[in-house]
Amino acid sequence: MQKKTFKEIRTILAARTVGIAGAGGLGSNCAVALARVGIGRIITADFDTVSESNLNRQYFFKDQVGMKKVFALKENIARINPEVLVEAFDIMLDPHNIPQVFGNCDLIVEAFDLAEMKIMLAETVLEKMPGRIIIMGSGVAGYGNNDSIKTVKSGNIYICGDQENETCENLPPLAPRVGIVAGMQANLVMEILLG
Amino acid sequence: MQITLNNRKEEFDRNTMTVLELLDEKNFTFRMLVIKINGQLVKKADYGKAIIKDGDDVSVLHLISGG
Repeated sequence: MQKKTFKEIRTILAARTVGIAGAGGLGSNCAVALARVGIGRIITADFDTVSESNLNRQYFFKDQVGMKKVFALKENIARINPEVLVEAFDIMLDPHNIPQVFGNCDLIVEAFDLAEMKIMLAETVLEKMPGRIIIMGSGVAGYGNNDSIKTVKSGNIYICGDQENETCENLPPLAPRVGIVAGMQANLVMEILLG
Repeated sequence: MQITLNNRKEEFDRNTMTVLELLDEKNFTFRMLVIKINGQLVKKADYGKAIIKDGDDVSVLHLISGG
């Protein structure tokens, strides 16, 4: 383990920008973790609004139901660490806008819900932003089985999760496992940015 | 031929194969995949014509919903 004081860590991270694609379960929790350790800038994009059913895992509050997720997230980060610059895009990400939105990011955290969107982001980055690191989440549903959650690496793509448990009626995404994977993504961001 | 598939060496009893043939041979039945040959993305429409040859580094990443 690389040893650095928190002051040294903050100094390095303050100069860095992380893109977070999606501001739901993975994105909101990952963003808050990175904000707490002093990342300089977060660029996040999501088209969705906070709903009651999100509160079992996403970093939002009951009085934020109905708000756009990216603006609610920006508000929450400002309350935790106002020094973090949050650029919030209330848009649906697609192959056309991803290079524009995340072009200046040191790396990109994939924090979508749907597999189709995860694949779209990976394909877009591989094709249009070659070399850029993507930290993905895959396999977060259910509860228990801590040790099944891991990270696999393939070139510039890292995937955190159990790679197995897909969300369905009997396997809901819930705060503990979603939080673990979001935390792993944030932890990997730090590991890569701090060297 | 010998290739690296998901960071592991694998032997196949032929000189080349398409991505589709690889998926078939390995019984990969998942549909949500990101496939790379030597770091280059292979799009789904090209699975039947993208050729894998000896020494190639192939990644088949399976992604699932939830987040």
